[in-house]
This record gives sequence, C-alpha cells and structure tokens, in this order.
Amino acid sequence: MQRIFVLLVAAFLMSSAAAIDTDKRFDDPKLQARYEQLISEVRCLQCQNQSIKDSNVSLAADLRREIARMIEEGKTDEEIADFLVVRYGEFALYRPRSTGKTLVLWLAPFLLVLFGVFALARVVKHRMSLPIDDDSETKG
Amino acid sequence: MNRYLWPLIAVVALLIFLVMGLRHGDPRALPSPFIGKPAPQFELPTLKNPEVSIGTEHMAGNYALVNVWATWCVMCRAEHGFLLDLAKSGAIPIYGINWRDSRPEAIRWLYELGDPYLASAYDEDGRVGIDWGVYGAPETFLVDPEGTVIYKHLGPLDPAIWQREFVSRMNDGGAD
Amino acid sequence: MIPEIGQFALILALSLAICQTVFPLVGAHRNDVAMMGVGRTAATGQFVFVGIAFACLTYAFVADDFSVLYVANHSQLALPTLYKVSAVWGAHEGSLLLWIFIITAWTVAVSRFSSGLPEAFAARVIGVLGFLSVGFLLFALLTSNPFDRLIPAAADGGDLNPLLQDPGLAIHPPLLYIGYVGFSVAFAFAIAAMISGDLDQRWAKWTRPWTTVAWMFLTLGIALGSWWAYYELGWGGWWFWDAVENASFMPWLIGTALIHSLAVTEKRGLFKSWTLLLAITAFSLSLLGTFLVRSGIIVSVHAFATDPTRGFFILTFLAVVVIGALLLYAWRAPSLDSDVGFGLLSRETFLLLNNVLLVVATALVLIGTLAPLVIEMATGGKISIGPPWFNVAFLVPTIPLIILLGLGMHTAWRSQDKTPWTRMLRLPAIAALVLGVVIPLFIYGRISVLLVVGCAAAAWIVVMSLIHPIRSLLREKGTAGITRSVLGMSVAHLGMGFFVLGVTIVSAFGIESDRALRPGETIEVAGYEFEMRELRNVEGPNFSAIEAEIEIRKGGDFVATLRPQKRQYLVQKNWMTEAGIRAGLDKDLFVALGDQLGNGGWSVRIQYKPMIRFIWLGALIMALGGLIAITDKRYRSKVRKTATADAAAAEATA
Repeated sequence: MQRIFVLLVAAFLMSSAAAIDTDKRFDDPKLQARYEQLISEVRCLQCQNQSIKDSNVSLAADLRREIARMIEEGKTDEEIADFLVVRYGEFALYRPRSTGKTLVLWLAPFLLVLFGVFALARVVKHRMSLPIDDDSETKG
Repeated sequence: MNRYLWPLIAVVALLIFLVMGLRHGDPRALPSPFIGKPAPQFELPTLKNPEVSIGTEHMAGNYALVNVWATWCVMCRAEHGFLLDLAKSGAIPIYGINWRDSRPEAIRWLYELGDPYLASAYDEDGRVGIDWGVYGAPETFLVDPEGTVIYKHLGPLDPAIWQREFVSRMNDGGAD
Repeated sequence: MIPEIGQFALILALSLAICQTVFPLVGAHRNDVAMMGVGRTAATGQFVFVGIAFACLTYAFVADDFSVLYVANHSQLALPTLYKVSAVWGAHEGSLLLWIFIITAWTVAVSRFSSGLPEAFAARVIGVLGFLSVGFLLFALLTSNPFDRLIPAAADGGDLNPLLQDPGLAIHPPLLYIGYVGFSVAFAFAIAAMISGDLDQRWAKWTRPWTTVAWMFLTLGIALGSWWAYYELGWGGWWFWDAVENASFMPWLIGTALIHSLAVTEKRGLFKSWTLLLAITAFSLSLLGTFLVRSGIIVSVHAFATDPTRGFFILTFLAVVVIGALLLYAWRAPSLDSDVGFGLLSRETFLLLNNVLLVVATALVLIGTLAPLVIEMATGGKISIGPPWFNVAFLVPTIPLIILLGLGMHTAWRSQDKTPWTRMLRLPAIAALVLGVVIPLFIYGRISVLLVVGCAAAAWIVVMSLIHPIRSLLREKGTAGITRSVLGMSVAHLGMGFFVLGVTIVSAFGIESDRALRPGETIEVAGYEFEMRELRNVEGPNFSAIEAEIEIRKGGDFVATLRPQKRQYLVQKNWMTEAGIRAGLDKDLFVALGDQLGNGGWSVRIQYKPMIRFIWLGALIMALGGLIAITDKRYRSKVRKTATADAAAAEATA
C-alpha cells in the first residue's frame, strides 16, 4: 500500500525522473571524478545560481546525462565545455575560460597582491627612515 | 591633486557603473548564442505520427517560427491563444518542439486547445532542446529562409512582442 | 487597526530620527549642551517607536492578519507559530524593518555607554546614526512599507518560502544584521572625528570595542548562515560564493582589517587616515551589500523580491552617505600624517601586511561578484564566475595571510630583534610542518601539496596562538599574567586555525556519492554501510512528505538512524529536501533524498564530511576571542573611573 502511494506521488512530481535513473556512475574512478568535477562547474540555467550537480530540475538532469554520455564517448573536458558554450554561451560555465577578457580575471589575484606589497614596501621604507623612539602611548 | 581624493573617484565610478547596471534589465535573461548563426540541425518524429519526421530541412525556404512548448508549462498555455490566431492569419508557418513531455498528453492538449503548428516535433529526452540552448519553456525562435536564427524570445508571445521583435526583423531582412 | 498603529509609529520614529540628526549636529557645532542632549532622548524615542512598529508587524503575523499584504504574501494559517514570528523578517519589507530596529538599538547602546566620550563628539556620533536612520526609514515608508493593506483581505496566505521554515531563520538574520549594521557605529565615530578634527589616538581607543562587537556578531551571523545552508539546502555545501554571501563577507573582511588597523592607531598613533578610510569602507560595504541584495541587479537564490525603484533609492542613499564621508576624508586626511617610524621587522609591518592582504581579498570578492555585470555591459556576452574562480583567487592572498598571522602576534612593536624572534619560532615551525604531513597521512591516508600546506598552516596558527596563554599559565607567581586583550587575540587566532583545519580536511577528504536505493538495499560509502529500511509518508503541520529511514552501520555495528525527507508544502507546492545528518566533531554523515526512480527506489546523495564542524566551531571561537578582548580592563576601568569622577563631582557640588 505504501509503495502504491509512493508511486502515485511520483506521478505528481514536476521533475522528469519518473522513469529515468538519474544516477550516473562510472566504474572507472577517474572518469567518475571527472564527471563530478564537470557537473559541479556547470550552471543550472533554470535555477537561481546553482550547479547542475546540486539541482534536481529537469534541465539539470538532462545536462548531466549529456555530459556523462560525452565522457563515455571519450570527449575531452575542453570539448564538453565547447559543447555547452555553443548552446548556452559562456554563462553556462562557472569557471570562466581563459580567453582574452577573462585572462585579466585569472591574473587579478596575483596582480593585486603584487600591487599591494609594492605599495606597502614604499610605506615601510618611509617609516624606517623616521625616528622610532617616542612616547606615543595612548594618551587620555 | 589631493591624493586622498582617489577613494572618492573610485566610488563615483563604481556608483555610475551600478546605475547603469540597474537600468540594464533582467540579469537572468540569456541571449541565444545562435542569433546570426545557422539553426541547429535536427530531425525528429512528429508528435502525432511517429512514422513521419520533421526537421530543419522542412523549414527551409521561408521564415519560420520554432516554438518550444510542453503541457506542464503554464506560460505555454498563456500564449497558446495568440499562436492560434497567428497560425490562422497565415503570417508565418509555426513549427513546434514538444519538449520533455508525454506524447498522449501533448496530443490531447492540442486536440482540446487547438493546434497552431504545421507539425510538432516530439523531443522526448530533451536532446534537441539542449541543442537549441533551450532552458525554459516557452521559447520561440525566428528562423529566416536560409536557416539562420534571427531572434529568440523567452516567455509567452503576445501581439505586442510579435510586432516589435519578430515582424520588425522580418521586414528588415525581407527588404532585399 | 494594529497595522495602522505600526505605520504611525514608523512615521513618528522618522520625525524623531530627524530631530536626532539635526539637533545634536547643530548643537555640537554651537556647543549648545541642551541641543546636544536632544540626541540621546530622540534616540531612545526612536527605538521605542520602531519597537512598537516591529511589535505591530509581529502581531499581524501571529494573529493571521491577511489584510496586511506582507503577511498575506509570506505567511499561512497552518504555519507553525515560531515561523510566523521569524517570517516577520523573512522577506524584504520586514527584514528592512529589522535593519532599522537594530540600528536604533545600536544608537541607544552608544548613547548609554558613551559617558567616557566628550559631549560634542558623542552628540555628533548620535547625529550621524540619526541620519542613517532617516535614510532607512524613508526607504521603508516610501518604497517598502510592511504595513500596506490588501483589500479585500486574503482568506489564507501565500506561505513562507519552505526553505525559510526552519529555526535558522529565527537567528541567522538578526545576528547577521547586528553585525552588519553595527559597523555603522565605527562609521559614525569616523565621521564625528572628521567633523570635529579630533583625530588623536583616543578616537581609535573609543572605536575599538564597538567595532569588535559588531565584528563578533557578523562572524557568528555568517557562520550560522553557512551552517544553515549546509543542512537546509540539502546538498552538503557550506559556501557557494553566491552574491548575497559575498555581500556579507566583504564587510567582514574589511572589518577584520579595521580591527587590526585600530590596534596600530591606538598604540602608536599611526595610519589614522587609513583607519578612517577602513571604517568608512566597512559600513559602505554593508550598504553596498544591502543594495546588491535588494535591487535585482544580480542573480542569487538568496535575493529578495526585487525592484529597480528600490534599487535606485538605496543607491542614491549609498551615494550620499559614502560621497559625503569621502569628501570629509579628503579634507581631513592630509593633516593626519604622523612622524613616528618603525623598523622592518616590527608588529606594525605585520599589521600592514594583514591589511594589504585583507583588502586584496575583499577586492577580489568584489570583482568576482560584479565582473559578470561589467563584462555583460561592456561586451554583451554573459559569463559566470563561480566557486572554481573564487576558490582559487581567494587563496592567493589568504595563504600568505595565514602564515604571517602566526608571526605577527609575537613580533614586538617598533622594532623586533631578529635573533630571539627566529629562535622562538623555529620549534613551532618544525612542529607545524611535521603535523602538516602527519595529520593527512596517518589519519586519512593521503597526502598532497595543498593538503600539507593547509594542515601545516592550521597547525602553525594553533601552536603560535597557544604560546601566549601557555606562557601565562606557566609564569611565576606574582608576575603579570596575560591581559584579556592578548588572550582575546590568541583565542580569536586559535579559532582561525580550527577554521583552516576544517576547510582543508573537508575539502580534501569529503566524499560525495549519488546512489540509487530501494527499501531493503544497503550500499557502502566511506567505510559505512547505509541501509534504506523503509519508505513512508509523514504529515507535517503544513506539508506532506516522503520519509526514508536509513540505518547506518560501520563494520556491522550500529551507528545511527537518519530520516531524510522529501517534502511538499501545501501552499507553494514546491518540493524540498530535508537532509538527515549524523553530526559529530570528527565527521558528519549526511543523507538527502534526490528523485523518485521508476523502480520504487530513490536516488540518494550520501556524504561523508570529515571535520566539517570545525569550520563553524572555528568561527565560534573567533567570536569568543572578540568577546574576551572587549572585556579587557582598559574598557572596564574607564566606566569605573567615570563613575568615581561623577561621585567626586557630586560630592564637590553638594
């Protein structure tokens, strides 16, 4: 009786999973790891900022299935990313690819740290030249 | 210049940018990457008769609307009336892609509500939807006689959008 | 009737806020004691009336008054009472009212505890806070009134978003806002100081405890948010670099930099203008965060129902506040340069490094959050910047910061002798490296460069943070022990070490497995057996659910029974997953139901999360460190001194 009810409830589910096994498993752990990495970096376009790994909507399940298929067919990560970008644009990838515009993005952390340390070096150098001894304890 | 004015300058620049961002529109709207490019080729069994197939080949030679729809899509029902009117007026052939749906339900839906489509392709597993970059129904694509995607609209169609976005583009292209 | 009282109370609060702004600021300018005194009274009044408004809104929720639009949209007859109360701040209008309530509470606190401040200075602080209140009250009354009526009233409400129907909603926003809003106090102190020109070290000393308290609450608020997301969203993540998360994190990063910068300014009178700038920036980031979250400019699962009109209002207010502050800054800062120096190896240098790296980290978070919008407006193409970029980018300034953290604590002010310094840190450094290799290798059986770096860094911070307290415990009788300030610092840094350890271990050794399970089946993940014993239906107060009973065993021995659910809420009809979690300090076992499968089974996501609790424990300990620091006798004796002085004065005039 429980089972029947459960199956009836399933009929009301929005998600398409009724007949499809959403569980994608590769026997090869390396492929599995690649799969999991890829799906964690693809945006679920029907959602408000979630990866297709974390989302249950039909499009997410479809995209996971396609990615699993492509891995099985031997496509590289680059080719899989291209597949998605051709259809959905760069927006679909959470990892911005290193093209001209995004190169700045990937370099930004290093550039900023260098800039900061450089500015700091100037300040410290200046301070090293000033008298250290003083009675600048907190007044009042 | 007073070097302590730099933070102020940076903030003013940021504020201007944010104002522009506010006026920019819906952050979730995704323009189709196919605009200006050939429509993704497909061939699928039709909804009503699995023996017959329908695809991009059949659309060539005329402007065509490709409308992605499903029975579970509430907004598709909202635009259905307009699609029927459009089909009746003969302004443009409308092809449907029935996306991730149940065949019997879809057939019954068209029977009950009317069928504006010359034919509907039955995209059971959503592959063709993915090939077209569909992420939410209803989506409507405007394809030119050479098979290039001119425009994509996400959401239900109405007469205003039809005139403003679709008719204007057909007139621009059709001028030659 | 009650909503109208609430509405009226808000209008009264607005007029009091205007008084609270005008009178003290003018009074301070003219040195008019009576005018300045108005500030405190107005602040209390404003607090009372906003409190009344808040109570009225709460009443409307608890009494199911669906003639109030906000209540109709976010509540429901069958909603449990706890959630009716917390639903008050569950959406835009109500959470804005909470914001306002909290800023009035902070203002009252400032007026109560500011006896040690010169009257004019305190008056200006209260005046600035009043100005901020005016802005927010106008925002509420003009664009986001929680008391708008719905005529005719709805029979039942649209229900609170199921994701929010959780005790987490009762505590996360209040704690977060107390912190977020609390930076307005440091901001007000900065403005007051810039207006009066009183920018000696006393200003830093006064600002410090207020900043630390705000920082403490923000730490707790963010940690709670992370923990809540972990167990509520059902997918086991604890931080997604979502725009709204970033909006709260940026003020925290700058707030941390501010606390450290204040230390330098208080101790040596250095970097006053820089500290001022940080104080302005921290609160500006709070305002910016409010804007990002409520304007619709950015996509987020977290964003409030959005509206560009509101966005324009906040942006205008933000512009007025920040531009005003920065103009004052540009005016005053040039005269603040001091002439003292310090050596290359000194605490000052380390604290400067701390500031530089924290500011870089903040800039990176800001860039990652806004860059998609910039690129879209510049080129028309849309890109996404998510965890893959943030995780890498954020580590670049943070790894050096963590290493330097251990060193700075033990470096003397002004100039540190190199020899005793290197001698002191040699042993801990070796211990840290050893532990960095031992912990992952022997406890978890694997090793990698990032793992060793993470574990070594965590061990390093823990060891270095313990040096001061241990020395104090082992000291000779009669000699001075550790001050609360130093103890607080040590504890806070210790918390940081725990945090780093938790993040490193769970990121490296966490296991996630999506599997199909049918009743009666068992699968093995991470050395544990998970058996689905039963699937059944359960009814909640306002939802119906499918519950799986999952028994966990290790090597045959019983470990726990978990009951993950897939719920459908009656009104909003969306499905939600409620995870089953077996929590422990050493690891979490996490099971969530995914989708119904055709064969009677379900897809389940099973996760093994080692040491994930250390993440939030670390944050908790950090906050504790802050608490310890503000109970330092410097701050307590001030109150006592003032009381004694008052008593002496009273006697003299008797």
